[in-house]
Amino acid sequence: MAAIDESFTLMENMAPLRIVIVGHVDHGKSTLIGRLLHDTNSLDEGKLEYVQAVCQKRGVPFEWAFLLDALQAERDQNITIDTCQIWFQSARRPYVIIDAPGHKEFLKNMITGAAGADAAVLLIAANEGVQEQSRRHAYLLQMLGIKELVVLVNKMDLVDHDEAVFDAIETEYRAFLTQIGLVPRVFVPISARQGSNIATHDEEHFDWYEGPTVIEALDGFLARAAVDDQPLRFPIQDVYRFDDRRILAGRIEAGALKVGDRLVFAPSRKGAIIKSIERWRDAPEGEESDVLDRAVAGESIGITLDEQIFVERGHVASHDEDAPTLTTRLEASVFWMGPGNLEVGRTYRLKLTTQEVECKVVNIRRVIDAGTLDIEGALREHLERDDVAEVEIETSAPIAVDLVKMTEATSRFVLVDEYDVAGGGIITGAEPVAPIEATLGLGRITSRERRQRNGHRGAVVWVQTDTGSPRIFERLERALFQRGIQTVWLDEADPGPISSALTRAGLVVIASYPEAGPPLVAAEETSIVIDLRSQSSDESRRPVQGLDASTLTQSVVDYVLPLLRPRSQP
Amino acid sequence: MKAAILPPEVVNVEPQLHRYSPDTSRPDYSHLDALESQSIFILREAFNRFDKVANLWSIGKDSSVLLWLIRKAFFGHIPMPCVHVDTTYKIPEMIAFRDELARQWGFDLVVGKNEEALAAGTTFPQGTADRVQCCSMLKRDGLQQVFDEHGYEAVILGIRRDEEGTRAKERYFSPRDKAFQWNFRDQPPELWDQFKTDFAPGTHLRIHPLLHWTEVNIWEYIDRERIPVVDVYFARNGRRYRSLGCAPCTSPVLSSAQTVPEIIEELRHTRVSERSTRAQDQESEDAFERLRASGYM
Repeated sequence: MAAIDESFTLMENMAPLRIVIVGHVDHGKSTLIGRLLHDTNSLDEGKLEYVQAVCQKRGVPFEWAFLLDALQAERDQNITIDTCQIWFQSARRPYVIIDAPGHKEFLKNMITGAAGADAAVLLIAANEGVQEQSRRHAYLLQMLGIKELVVLVNKMDLVDHDEAVFDAIETEYRAFLTQIGLVPRVFVPISARQGSNIATHDEEHFDWYEGPTVIEALDGFLARAAVDDQPLRFPIQDVYRFDDRRILAGRIEAGALKVGDRLVFAPSRKGAIIKSIERWRDAPEGEESDVLDRAVAGESIGITLDEQIFVERGHVASHDEDAPTLTTRLEASVFWMGPGNLEVGRTYRLKLTTQEVECKVVNIRRVIDAGTLDIEGALREHLERDDVAEVEIETSAPIAVDLVKMTEATSRFVLVDEYDVAGGGIITGAEPVAPIEATLGLGRITSRERRQRNGHRGAVVWVQTDTGSPRIFERLERALFQRGIQTVWLDEADPGPISSALTRAGLVVIASYPEAGPPLVAAEETSIVIDLRSQSSDESRRPVQGLDASTLTQSVVDYVLPLLRPRSQP
Repeated sequence: MKAAILPPEVVNVEPQLHRYSPDTSRPDYSHLDALESQSIFILREAFNRFDKVANLWSIGKDSSVLLWLIRKAFFGHIPMPCVHVDTTYKIPEMIAFRDELARQWGFDLVVGKNEEALAAGTTFPQGTADRVQCCSMLKRDGLQQVFDEHGYEAVILGIRRDEEGTRAKERYFSPRDKAFQWNFRDQPPELWDQFKTDFAPGTHLRIHPLLHWTEVNIWEYIDRERIPVVDVYFARNGRRYRSLGCAPCTSPVLSSAQTVPEIIEELRHTRVSERSTRAQDQESEDAFERLRASGYM
């Protein structure tokens, strides 16, 4: 840095546009990025010479891709391991390039890279044409909501710069993209290795091409639009009690709020008025403090309220007239990143903004082959790594959501399996909850206090019988009641929502379950399943036996009682 | 090659106003708003998800910005301990600055030292260790000792993706195993700001709230917010430090930049990488990668 290098000036005071570069393995992503860096004069001084020297020392031909290889393993194997981010700039603006590897585990890496991108570059090698991954990548970009993209047809030097080859690829790929609703800005024929049409037009080889260079194409992208004109979504991240003030902290995900606005919080549906917007040091010391009484999407702020209502992490503030949907039943497009399978009926954790609930996939509607758009014929009970599907999900407690066409941030969720984020999804449908489910059990009395008072946990005892006759239910209700259990028999066609609410109120609900299996109830509560049918399919659900109604009731009670005892956990 | 750095005169942790853009001609720094908001979001996630979280503070410009962002995120408070892994080879002015800032801003300073390695006298340059081995002993092992002693589950670090190739591959929430190893081949997916906050017992998380900032952004933010930084970043006798490390392995660069705007102007015209002044990176082709995979910051 001894001297100021006048040949190079970093763009001032501009946010970079984030572009993800995707494409089939070996279609030339790293070569393209190496070229972009070099041709825009963005490489560190001496980097090119250094890599050339290393290649010479090792006796391998120089590759542009080597400029990006940060890891020894990448240089050794000539592959890109994991997503990487690189800064460069055109004459118009700065960019961050996200390089998403195309080899195995591409889905996890590509999603990680593309989820945060403003725009995408799809790369297709002219000599190999449109490949399965070319289509899969496009399908996922569309799922992730990326609308700005260009397609680069690379390695044109390997097909003698033939316009007909380029046209055929454009026709084929454009047809596929149209099917999934993507409209690329432009197709550019290039040779990354030669540097053709990257920063400058290669007139010699491409006299037939009059469109933009890669750089010109990138400069045509629009940044993602601001979302501050949408309905307000302010998920609470944490509640702080610093300096005797109770501050609700979070990031505004959509819309705007101002002092004096009346907010309503999901799922409690309680409301209060914004007293102040909190930011630490609105203006540097010594300057007039310019207190802003308004905040918009993207800002991490804090607010105080005029009333001390109960609010905690995971609650979502909105304006009264534009509240999100409270639901326990979702329809979603999901992608699964593994490592294990997604199993129907297994419990996962669902995280959406700062909300977190347990959930089950109750039905896989259809599995889509993203490479062909074919719908898989056979019904499936699981998803494997890299699968894309439309599913129905049930959550253990109500969450506040929006549909993807309305508000992106509150329509996207991830699924956590054990310790790992294993899947993601976009909400396409949501059934609003019955009001009782949303409002019951959200007071200040904790379930622990209820357990101590009652001497037992809140729970649902799911009983399935051959006849559906009320006899056994009436007997069971009476028998448990006589043993001091606060219990109620619920004869409901759809017992899920009400059971959930009643168990949160500390009661033991007795109910029969639908054919599809017991619904998911509030996660902290016990669900006890007893199948008394003579032809039970599942031995694990038949813990009790009895010869007649009275001994049967007794053995059910003996089985259930120990399970209702409060456990030591809080 | 090493410029003689004068011993600390008066350590001033108040922002010295002549180092920053004057009120009347402050540039438009609104592009920093999004970076700041994202970092605050990450810091609040870290604080909410982990009971035992510490901020690793190297006293350099990045960790000064990080400390400032922590105050922003928590409305003027620093609600977590700040750990400094002291190699004892730091530039003396840094230590004086450290102690004074901790006193004035009122946070819990935890100083870790690999006393064993220091006592054994094997460290670079006097001992038998080379630069990379020395880094591994004093910083990596030093950090692990503090971790074991205090039982931290997560540590916040001010690394950035634009610093160096292996850091470009990092996640905001990055798991490390029991032996501190970083498995860069199998990193967790990270999308829509849903981070990996669940982990098996014995492992821990590295949290990187500044990953998306660049070196110039850091200085722009220092200028905008008037964040105090160690004086050795400013040119004295024609040299200044661009990146701060241990004295034996860090060299100053030729520079006349005496103010933050002058540093920004200088950086806007350089294509020399930031860590080129850190000698341990240059020991071999993959020196820094090996350091990081084994648990270095």
